[in-house]
Amino acid sequence: MNSTVSGQRAVRSAALAVLAAAAVGFPLVFSSPVVTNYAVYALIFVAVVSAWNVFSGFSGYISLGHAVFFGSGAYAVGIAARDWHINGTGVFALLPLAAVAGAVIAVPFGLIALRVRRHTFIVITIAVFFIFQLMAFNLNSFTGGTIGMSAPFLPWTPTAFNDRFYYIALACAAVTVVMAVLIRRSRFGLQLRAIRDDEDRARGLGVQAMRVKLTAFVLSAAMTGLVGGVWFLYLTQVLPQSGFDPLFDLSLVLMAFLGGLGTISGPVIGALIIEPGQLYLTIKYTNGYLSEILLGALFLLIVLFMPRGLVPTATEWIRRLRTRGRPAVPPASPGAAAPQASEAPTREART
Amino acid sequence: MTALLRTEGVRKAYGGVHALDSCTVEVDEGSVSGLIGPNGSGKTTLFNVITGYAKADEGQVYLAGRKITNQSPDRVFTLGIGRTFQLTRIFASLTVLENMLVASPNGRAAARRRAMEQLEFVGIAGHHAALAGTLSYGQRKLLELAYVLVADPAVILLDEPAGGVNLSLVNTIADRIRELNKGGKTFLIVEHNMEFVMGLCDRVTVLDSGAVVAAGPPAIIRTDRRVLNAYLGEDLADDDPPPPEQPGEQP
Amino acid sequence: MAHQIYQAIADGILVGGVYALMAVGLTLIFGVLDIINIAQGVLVILGAYLSYELSARLHLDLFLGLLITVPAMFVIGVVIQWAFIRRLRGRERTSMTLLVSYAVALIIEGILYEIYGPNVKQLNASYVQSSVHLLGFYLSDIYLYGFALAVAVVVAIYALLYRTRFGRSVRATMQDETAARLVGIDVNRVAAITFGVGVAVTAAGGMMFGATNSFNPNSGYDLISRLLAIIILGGLGSIGGALAASVFMLTVESLVTIWSPEWAIVVFYAALVLVLVIRPTGFFGRQPVRAQ
Repeated sequence: MNSTVSGQRAVRSAALAVLAAAAVGFPLVFSSPVVTNYAVYALIFVAVVSAWNVFSGFSGYISLGHAVFFGSGAYAVGIAARDWHINGTGVFALLPLAAVAGAVIAVPFGLIALRVRRHTFIVITIAVFFIFQLMAFNLNSFTGGTIGMSAPFLPWTPTAFNDRFYYIALACAAVTVVMAVLIRRSRFGLQLRAIRDDEDRARGLGVQAMRVKLTAFVLSAAMTGLVGGVWFLYLTQVLPQSGFDPLFDLSLVLMAFLGGLGTISGPVIGALIIEPGQLYLTIKYTNGYLSEILLGALFLLIVLFMPRGLVPTATEWIRRLRTRGRPAVPPASPGAAAPQASEAPTREART
Repeated sequence: MTALLRTEGVRKAYGGVHALDSCTVEVDEGSVSGLIGPNGSGKTTLFNVITGYAKADEGQVYLAGRKITNQSPDRVFTLGIGRTFQLTRIFASLTVLENMLVASPNGRAAARRRAMEQLEFVGIAGHHAALAGTLSYGQRKLLELAYVLVADPAVILLDEPAGGVNLSLVNTIADRIRELNKGGKTFLIVEHNMEFVMGLCDRVTVLDSGAVVAAGPPAIIRTDRRVLNAYLGEDLADDDPPPPEQPGEQP
Repeated sequence: MAHQIYQAIADGILVGGVYALMAVGLTLIFGVLDIINIAQGVLVILGAYLSYELSARLHLDLFLGLLITVPAMFVIGVVIQWAFIRRLRGRERTSMTLLVSYAVALIIEGILYEIYGPNVKQLNASYVQSSVHLLGFYLSDIYLYGFALAVAVVVAIYALLYRTRFGRSVRATMQDETAARLVGIDVNRVAAITFGVGVAVTAAGGMMFGATNSFNPNSGYDLISRLLAIIILGGLGSIGGALAASVFMLTVESLVTIWSPEWAIVVFYAALVLVLVIRPTGFFGRQPVRAQ
């Protein structure tokens, strides 16, 4: 069994290395700004969905209000650039502010929202989302109202612009995924997952549920805010309905569910599949609601036919293929290590 | 012998239903105490109040003389009271070992070693890497016992540890409890299996409709008229012989 | 100024009646089935469009049109429940129903948009514009009828739940699904019919909403957020609570509108958040809302 485990690890490391090389080399191969545009959006959403997953996937509290952090991050950068008269590449120094904005908002938000049951939590996140969208519309002098905010001009060529943002987005994506992996392996992540399985039981074992949930919420919010700032600089503008987009969170949920809620690679794959598709539809059918219908329909299909998502389902198939023909071993057989231990395909798949 | 765990005059009502009515229970240090009573007599509610899952309307709970009434469950756990549930509650999507680590207070390597020790003790160490959701009912009961032990609590509340398991496993569990008790752990056990209780406990408290009806050594409790009333619901005349004892006869 | 305030209160109460019509269906569905039906907002709009079609093409009186739209929406509700929601199981069932109904809402909204586009419509009838002049206040005819309708519907639902055999099965299922099954109640049928009733009520709500507001397919978002706030405030599952909370919230919003129309709606949500902090079960809620 040992050789299989280390063999698996070698394969996995090699795969990651190839992936990393491909990611870094992507803009060099596909240099057209049209293509890199798709890639930038895809990576932005990989980062956001991973940040979302750190909280919602691990704790089981589905947030439909992460747009609050995303939009706040975007607006934070815009407002700071305007009020502090920052131009050119100096704006990038404002990105930590976006993260701080997300974190600061998450504290009172979480303190209120995390005290209630999961389904009520979802509703509260929706309510807070609408509050923020309305504030963005109404606080004219602060947020620019319906006109929104514009990012300072960056004197780069279109290709260079997209390429540089590609690497920035790639960095964001890498950082959030790594953060997710580290959390999952940590004791903190264990407590989060225990909360997901049985919160009351976890408390009875000494887990300080509120503190754990709030920490995850704030971390997730900070990352989301940061990416919101990056998105703002890339798009060069933010409007109340784009920074606080009602479909934003539902798209995240769809990506996470498609890939596999709670796994790490799942939401990443979900984002890589869905975001380019959504972008394509938005570009092609600018005033239609086709993407909405498809979003809803796709979500229903997944919930009905593949509720665990791609990654767990696929790993299950692979495992079945591998053990085909061998006698069925009960999962908790005494003596020998359980088949799950070595056959558990990837650490991420173990939900 | 001092009472390590004591509830005093605890009252708890759910709407119009008085689940606990001036409940005073004492658990001596180093003892194995039983808590019995017909269904609905308030045993689990008392556990909930002690461990902070329910708020007492009146009354106090003391641990080693210190008031711990209405503290949150994680605080009660840190203070040294561990508890299992009637319907086993485990973390199904975590592995058996990970289940153990949730409760561990120590650093990585020490925590793993201690967790594996406890798993060995209850006898499921071989499944440490299996997902807890795949365990059988009896194995889950053992896991629950194990992870309550991991943080080395002084007092352990067991809610029907022998419920729904086969005879050999019941004996295993009883043996483990005896071993732990010899090592100094105090137990308060809710059970319906009379043989289990009578064979294991030094002292038994009987609840009926939320109030303590009798308390004392098992031999005395077994023939106490009030206890029989509580279970059988009839008034027995003084000179009626007590009903013949059969294993597990009580509802 | 005082007159303005009283008028605002009167308006708020009457508008609250309309919202109560919509909220009652939502809270019924949650109270009995543990389903948070996000699609309720867009279903109200669908009801409004149905009333619109009947009124514009067949020139049917709005209230008469209800005789058609209510059963139609009932059927739609049953279909939605049967096709998508019935299959959801497990511990996170309620959260899943929320997401699934959100998806259904998107689809319906998208289809409505494809058919009707973004232009607003409003239902019309002779009594929509007229009002009664009472004690110096103007009380819109349509709102008075709507309030009466809301009360009638609430009474009807209470009668259904507490005076009929079907209502008994519903209440039994609400308390303990397994036990209800064991005594022979067809839980699936109860679920489908209850959901259908909850949605059918939105037909009435839709007609009222369409008569008193201009609407387009997007109007569902704002609506569902308010309805959710209302039913949580009133206590998830409490019908009387939904009525009380509707009247209360709309009156508060009506009052705040005097000073600042834009912030009135924010006050709405802020009140929700505030109440949840102070009293997690809402005004009348029996169900504990806390993560306990």
